[in-house]
Amino acid sequence: MRYEAPETIEKACQLLAAEAGHARVLAGGTDLLVQIKTDVLDPSVVIDIKKIAATRTITSDAAGFKIGAAVTGAELKEHDALKAAWPGLVEAANLIGSTQVQGRATLGGNLCNGSPAADSVPALIAAGAKAQIVGPEGRRELAVEDVMIGVRKLALTKGEIIVSFTVPARPKHGGDAYLRFIPRTEMDIAVVGCGVALELDASGTCTAARLSLGAVAERPLLVAEAGRALVGTKVDAAAIEAAAAAASAACRPIDDKRGTKVFRIQVAGVLARRTIQLALDRANGKTGATH
Amino acid sequence: MQDKVKSPMSSEFSVIGTRPVRPDGVDKVTGRARFGADLNMSGQLVGAVLRSPHVHARIVKIDTSAARALDGVKAVVTQKDFVSQSNATTNFGEGTLNLMHTVTNVLAGDKVLYHGHAVAAVAATSSAVAKQALKLIKVEYEVLPHVIDVDEAMAPGAPLLFPDMITEGVKPAPTTPSNIAKRIDIVLGDVEKGFNEADVIIERSFKTAPVHQGYIEPHACIATVSEDGQAELFVSTQGHWIVRMLCAKLLGWDINKIKVTAAEIGGGFGGKTVVYLEPLALLLSQKSRRPVKMVMSREDVIRATGPTSGSSMTIKMGATKDGRIVAGEALLKFQAGALPGSPVGPGCMCAFAPYDLANVKVIGYDVVSNRPKVAAYRAPGAPISEYAVESVVDELANKLGIDPIEFRLKNVAKQGTKAAYGPKFGPVGMAEALEAAKASAHWRTPLGKNQGRGIAAGFWFNIGGETTVSLVLNEDGTLGLTAGTPDIGGLRASLCMMASEELKVPLEKIRVQIGDTNQLGYNFLTGGSRSTFSSGMATVEAARDIKKEAVKRAAKLWELPEEAVEWDAASGAVRPAGPNAGKHKPMTLVDIAKIAGKTGGPIVGYSRLNAHGAAPSFACHIADVEIDPETGKASIVRYTAIQDAGRAIHPSYVEGQYQGGVAQGIGWALNEEYIYGTDGKLQNAGFLDYRIPVASDLPMLDTIIIEVPNPVHPYGVRGVGETCIVPPLAAISNAVSMATGVRFAELPMSPPRILAALDKARAEKTAKM
Ligand SMILES: Cc1cc2nc3c(=O)[nH]c(=O)nc-3n(C[C@H](O)[C@H](O)[C@H](O)COP(=O)(O)OP(=O)(O)OC[C@H]3O[C@@H](n4cnc5c(N)ncnc54)[C@H](O)[C@@H]3O)c2cc1C
Repeated sequence: MRYEAPETIEKACQLLAAEAGHARVLAGGTDLLVQIKTDVLDPSVVIDIKKIAATRTITSDAAGFKIGAAVTGAELKEHDALKAAWPGLVEAANLIGSTQVQGRATLGGNLCNGSPAADSVPALIAAGAKAQIVGPEGRRELAVEDVMIGVRKLALTKGEIIVSFTVPARPKHGGDAYLRFIPRTEMDIAVVGCGVALELDASGTCTAARLSLGAVAERPLLVAEAGRALVGTKVDAAAIEAAAAAASAACRPIDDKRGTKVFRIQVAGVLARRTIQLALDRANGKTGATH
Repeated sequence: MQDKVKSPMSSEFSVIGTRPVRPDGVDKVTGRARFGADLNMSGQLVGAVLRSPHVHARIVKIDTSAARALDGVKAVVTQKDFVSQSNATTNFGEGTLNLMHTVTNVLAGDKVLYHGHAVAAVAATSSAVAKQALKLIKVEYEVLPHVIDVDEAMAPGAPLLFPDMITEGVKPAPTTPSNIAKRIDIVLGDVEKGFNEADVIIERSFKTAPVHQGYIEPHACIATVSEDGQAELFVSTQGHWIVRMLCAKLLGWDINKIKVTAAEIGGGFGGKTVVYLEPLALLLSQKSRRPVKMVMSREDVIRATGPTSGSSMTIKMGATKDGRIVAGEALLKFQAGALPGSPVGPGCMCAFAPYDLANVKVIGYDVVSNRPKVAAYRAPGAPISEYAVESVVDELANKLGIDPIEFRLKNVAKQGTKAAYGPKFGPVGMAEALEAAKASAHWRTPLGKNQGRGIAAGFWFNIGGETTVSLVLNEDGTLGLTAGTPDIGGLRASLCMMASEELKVPLEKIRVQIGDTNQLGYNFLTGGSRSTFSSGMATVEAARDIKKEAVKRAAKLWELPEEAVEWDAASGAVRPAGPNAGKHKPMTLVDIAKIAGKTGGPIVGYSRLNAHGAAPSFACHIADVEIDPETGKASIVRYTAIQDAGRAIHPSYVEGQYQGGVAQGIGWALNEEYIYGTDGKLQNAGFLDYRIPVASDLPMLDTIIIEVPNPVHPYGVRGVGETCIVPPLAAISNAVSMATGVRFAELPMSPPRILAALDKARAEKTAKM
């Protein structure tokens, strides 16, 4: 196994595209190294992207934020403006593992590992994040909900790397939240995860809403129906109930060691309700980040 | 904590009951301590194990030639390289041992019996080469049907693991083989008569999942065998004399050829009382003439070591209106794993032990199925059977409208109670623990919304056994204490404290170590909560030996008869026994050490004994849980463990044992389980999905130490390490049942299971309206 650490994205793409064997991008390594050590993967070359500046920085302008794909959860948490704008997203990234894991784990790795239960992904989808992708054919952009297409399956083609994610600036009356269900209090993989971002007008009427679920299908889902159930309402109990029902209806989970089908469908509704409420409170300025 | 640090719990003592820093503490926090995988030797090889990809299969052929031919491979072994053993049961310590089963679990013979069963082992120059070599071993299997569940394994027509297994303990002996290795019967009085007197009878069936001991340190060892057959083994174990004996038997070597040193141990909980890698490492080293180091992965640990049994049980109990339990009956079916030896025996014996009952009947079955062979786990068997009994006791109390503590007090086991399994109890602390629970602030605190409170009693025998300790008086009067029971929970601190108390020598003047198998006589393992009891007893004896010798030496120096010299306990010095003996300045051990040479040579205190008189420890735990009614998640919000320690030598380590037992019990009650697919393969062989509690899952676990001294031990010690894992299962189940209004009878009470039960109850309620 070879280790490469190129300093430009173009070089990284080239190495990736040119490898005859099995090439893998390395960000924090909290998934990749574990998979190599347990014989799940056996790459011939590992390409570390952390030397590439664009993957390691967070920038912002009036339009919003650009977050490098290899920025760690701990770094996201230390970025006050991002935390104030998208507390749900930052909290989701910081649910990953433990303090030690958060010092390594990245948004790009979380998405590209291709697990339907990845915690930061529903939060990114709810926030309307876009992934900036560079490959041998040049640059392109994909909505985050379109990056994963199945368990361990991505819409990226050979040689493509995600460089960064963009999220819009926080709307005036906007709020987001991410909640997950795990049997313990930490160090667990989501049995269900739910991200919500919504926007209100001055009168408190919902003008936009996105709800995304993790761990209830072969990939994280953007539940458009749930968003529609909220838009145009005051996000009252009836609207929340309708959105929660839409969330449950969108689930197509499996029975596995982490939970039963029935359990996941039911808890998706419960989490949808709780997450919408938290996002709403944030949109109304009632509460900020919880940690 | 009950007491301020360094203030003795009992004024009779100056050291016992205080909380000094442990002698092994600095090495552990600085990383200097050497655990099983921390020793390296020059020229060492990496040992690795090939494991079965099948759940149940006949081994048709093993071809190791390609692996042997690989560059860097220095040895390959299969079961054929071990001495062949007869299928006979021999006595061993407090239990029995079947060496054919032992060797079969180290390496499979003609069949693999579970997914992950070891089949062959290699030693190679690097782990990469070893891995490669494992891939080159060609094993031809003939796959057989498997059975995982205990009830299914007992059913007629189940796939048989051993075509010649005839159930022991049944008369007349069955004529057909089955997966039932053994049946156990315990009878006291007449349960039929008892049930006839009952006003209320509850009968309920229970299931529990197998759970792993969950020690953080995986099994690890390093072995080196010289050309003339002298072997050294450094290993993380609870009993290095046991390891030595088992390895000698499996390899057919003389015991004196093997020296075993116990590493610092990162948890065992019973799981490190057997051998897995040790005989392999010795054999590979013998064949390769190089040191061989072997370390298990977490996956191997969960797949192929431990756990304790899962079970299927039915309990029936009857009581009169005024709260007297008149009969208790239990049917206990325990999974042994792939080879016989579940702890169903102790499970049967402990089931009703907290109570003074006239009529008891217990039937137990030891059942094999295609799972890893179980190993001891803290109070083996007791948490399982007592969980079921304590759940029924709770239900009886509810039904009778009697407070659950009062109900237990009405039936409590006390001095003179004849236990169903035979003995009459001496002084025991069950009633004291219940009274302390009743008096606790916890018991009186009101509950919040969606909360429930459960209590449960618990019992474990504790054991003694063979023990040797030596205590050397050094030239400057300091002391060297060597014990042979590995220190898992603060033993060295407690032994030092007992020696210090006895000899009035400051703690820091005593250096304590766990000796290797060449340094002391035989020691049974650290298990059965015996080490502070047994090694403590031997330490006190060795200290008394030193005192006796000191008296002798002073007498010689003063030219007095020995009777004219005495040890003064208050000052820790020898002095003339009375005015007639003349005016001699009292001599401390420092003074005695100086004259040792000219008065007869080195002074060594020694004790070798079989510690009898181990006394049981009883407990009562109180658990508060809160249920999220929408997700079924149970959180422990408050917990108090109350237990009789006999005497707490070092209260912090007693409390640590209580808390550790509770933490493991919480995992057992709420989330831990072995999850199998229909293919018979374990799906959660790792700490991600085998969910032991993490620190943030637990509230502060409060403890109350009760002291009803054990009259047989010089300082009153009972064992404390096991009873504490017994009550949590039922205490939590009773709390969940109270919080939800639904009676739970299956572990773990994981969120999907609780939510399904709540939904069912809600649906029934709606249907009634
Ligand atoms: C103890 C522990 C606990 C964990 N807990 C959680 C948890 O609670 N929730 C959760 O969601 N996850 C959890 N994880 C999984 C893991 O930490 C996360 O998925 C993490 O975000 C992965 O990021 P990384 O930078 O370490 O990825 P890496 O391991 O470096 O990469 C993961 C995969 O993505 C690919 N990749 C990485 N970056 C890019 C890129 N920019 N472009 C293209 N491909 C890329 C890699 O090739 C690899 O296949 C846990 C892991 C551990 C070890």
